[in-house]
Amino acid sequence: MKTISVLLAGVGGQGTVLASRILTHVALRQGHDVKVTEIHGMAQRGGSVVTQVRMGEKVYSPLIETGQADYIVAFEQLEGLRWLHYLTDKGTMIVNRQRINPMTVLTGAAVYPHDALTQIRVHAPRTVQLDGLAMAKQLGNLRVINVILLGALAKQMDFPKEDWLAALEATVPPPFLELNRQAFQAGYAA
Amino acid sequence: MTKALLTGNEAIARGAYEYGVAVAAAYPGTPSTEILENIVKYKEILAQWSPNEKVALEVAIGASIGGARALCAMKHVGVNVAADPLFTFTYTGVNGGLVLVSADDPGMHSSQNEQDNRTYARFAKIGLLEPSDSQEAKDMVGHALAISERFDTPVMLRTTTRISHSKSLVELKPRQDRTLREYKKNPRKYVAVPANARVRRAIKELHWQEMLAFSEQTKLNRIEWADRKIGIVTSGITYQYVKEALPNASILKLGFTNPLPLKKIAGFAQQVEQLWVVEELEPFMEEQIRSAGIRVHGGKAQLTPIGEYSPSLIRQAILGLETKTKPSAAVPPRPPVFCPGCPHRGVFYVLRKNRKLVTGDIGCYTLGAMPPLESLDTTICMGASIPAALGMEKARPDQAHNIVAVIGDSTFLHSGITGLVDTVYNGGTTTIIILDNRTTAMTGHQHHAGTGQRLQGEPAPEVDLIALCHAVGVKRVRVVDPHDLASLDRAIKEETAVREPSVIIARRPCALIVKPTEPRRCVNHDVCTGCRMCMGLGCPVISFADKKSSIDPALCWGCRLCQQVCPFGAIGPEEVQ
Repeated sequence: MKTISVLLAGVGGQGTVLASRILTHVALRQGHDVKVTEIHGMAQRGGSVVTQVRMGEKVYSPLIETGQADYIVAFEQLEGLRWLHYLTDKGTMIVNRQRINPMTVLTGAAVYPHDALTQIRVHAPRTVQLDGLAMAKQLGNLRVINVILLGALAKQMDFPKEDWLAALEATVPPPFLELNRQAFQAGYAA
Repeated sequence: MTKALLTGNEAIARGAYEYGVAVAAAYPGTPSTEILENIVKYKEILAQWSPNEKVALEVAIGASIGGARALCAMKHVGVNVAADPLFTFTYTGVNGGLVLVSADDPGMHSSQNEQDNRTYARFAKIGLLEPSDSQEAKDMVGHALAISERFDTPVMLRTTTRISHSKSLVELKPRQDRTLREYKKNPRKYVAVPANARVRRAIKELHWQEMLAFSEQTKLNRIEWADRKIGIVTSGITYQYVKEALPNASILKLGFTNPLPLKKIAGFAQQVEQLWVVEELEPFMEEQIRSAGIRVHGGKAQLTPIGEYSPSLIRQAILGLETKTKPSAAVPPRPPVFCPGCPHRGVFYVLRKNRKLVTGDIGCYTLGAMPPLESLDTTICMGASIPAALGMEKARPDQAHNIVAVIGDSTFLHSGITGLVDTVYNGGTTTIIILDNRTTAMTGHQHHAGTGQRLQGEPAPEVDLIALCHAVGVKRVRVVDPHDLASLDRAIKEETAVREPSVIIARRPCALIVKPTEPRRCVNHDVCTGCRMCMGLGCPVISFADKKSSIDPALCWGCRLCQQVCPFGAIGPEEVQ
């Protein structure tokens, strides 16, 4: 089988790491070889963060290159735009409509691109947009945006839904499992 | 057989467990930190944070001489600090095996330089292993320890960020329990005075020759034959990139790269039309291969010595195939920033306001160089802030009243104390601010000798920073809450005015390790004049639109800095307004 590449892009603190853990769990349940790479350290202090997941029969490089991502899950508009050129021509972009201003915008040194979502839609015809922040508010916990987005990703990928739910069970601590199940379902239905 | 998806660092920790390491020591540093954090899970290993990499290696050396298998882990620049014991331990040799993990950072994701530490292995004439995934990272801990014991030498296991922080599948095996090797007093081996060292130097050379023969034979260096038009010599993560970029090329995959198996490489070269050497950073292998008279078709002339590689970069250099890429969108950068509530923010705000010349150090607080605070003048290495301030004062005595060194608590204990001693001893009058946030924050909140807890979280004696500063001869030592801007301002003005060295301890725990106690702040838009004073704090929670500031209530920590800088009283606690 062809190697599948999924890129998760967000802002430090948004929970991309847990999302990638759940995703890799699902891939492993399919018997795939999996490689994941992410950058720690300085990048975590509210900076851009990206986790790259590759899965298939045999995966060599953990790196996804430009034009190679089959799926991008953007936890924030601007981060979606930043990584857009990594998407394959037929790739799917899942983008959270949330906006988080970087310091460069807050200080007035740069302008937040007001048409980020439009640009994404133009270059990625297969784009799924959702308002993760509002959905998470409805569920009563802002920290489940990551799992909402994962639900939307699950809908687009070919893995069985029960494997996703099993992966949730294996990675989320019991007290938060039900909440995360709801978040996943909300994203799946969006 | 159990398999697990592990990072390179987790795999190294697992390797330490499986191959009977009994003692492990480290100082945290990206991308090496998680090695010790994961070793802690294995109760069979006595693991510890040391104040710096030199001390960590010396602890591991003592354990090795004492007969235990030992592991010492650090980031690449940590080896600079540990180089002194390393270069003599290569003469004395080991008792129990010793592996030194050097986690290099090509591309400088979280480092001040991207030095290639394979060069250290050659310099010190020690064995060098380069894993290309997590399975190898684990296995090579075992190889490193065995090689160390067989050739009586420390061995370097060198990873890069993409190995340390990438996950791949690893087979888990049980621990091979080992009995402690016998310790016999042997001063001719372990006391490195000139008479003994001369003897050991010659023995070292014999071991080097034996290790060379080993390198030619070991399966760690293997050939993967395919099409013989292009033959590639590679090691570490670039092996994976080569497999991806040129699936049809023949590959000599080197896992043991010092000493290099030059005969094996020559034999491989003879059987391929074009020999390429593909390695990130320095031409470590290429130069040696060329020196041996082996014809190299391509290497650093086509592939950059700067930064990380990727499959497409290699494909382009070797096959001349441009990867079709879409243009990237013009997007404002999102640099890391001080967190909401960070105790460092106020210090840099006040330093900027007072136009101080600030020598900096290594930690989160290096972010004080970024706009809008922009109050750092220098950052070189761990501990450099204090001596650099002294040197600056010697060069520019007219600036003496204006020079301030800033250094974190963990960094101060790492290598700041000697600089402070130097300042006192040599008549410096600078002011040193110890940013005491009670943790090693940058690398993910590790304990150190000043936090009162050990790696395992158990209680430990706590270094008394005030007493320490007094003991080395600093008479003026004061503690200030960095969330109190007026006190900070007064302290900095007073201490820089006096003509003697002084220390200000800006003490408050990192905002990520304590819960906020103050209510969140908010802006009263009827009072806000849009003067933008609060924007000068560089707080990610404050934004400015339609000529008014606003505070994001979901993210505010309640540090009150904005309230203190607002000249119009427009900012206050949330429930009041």
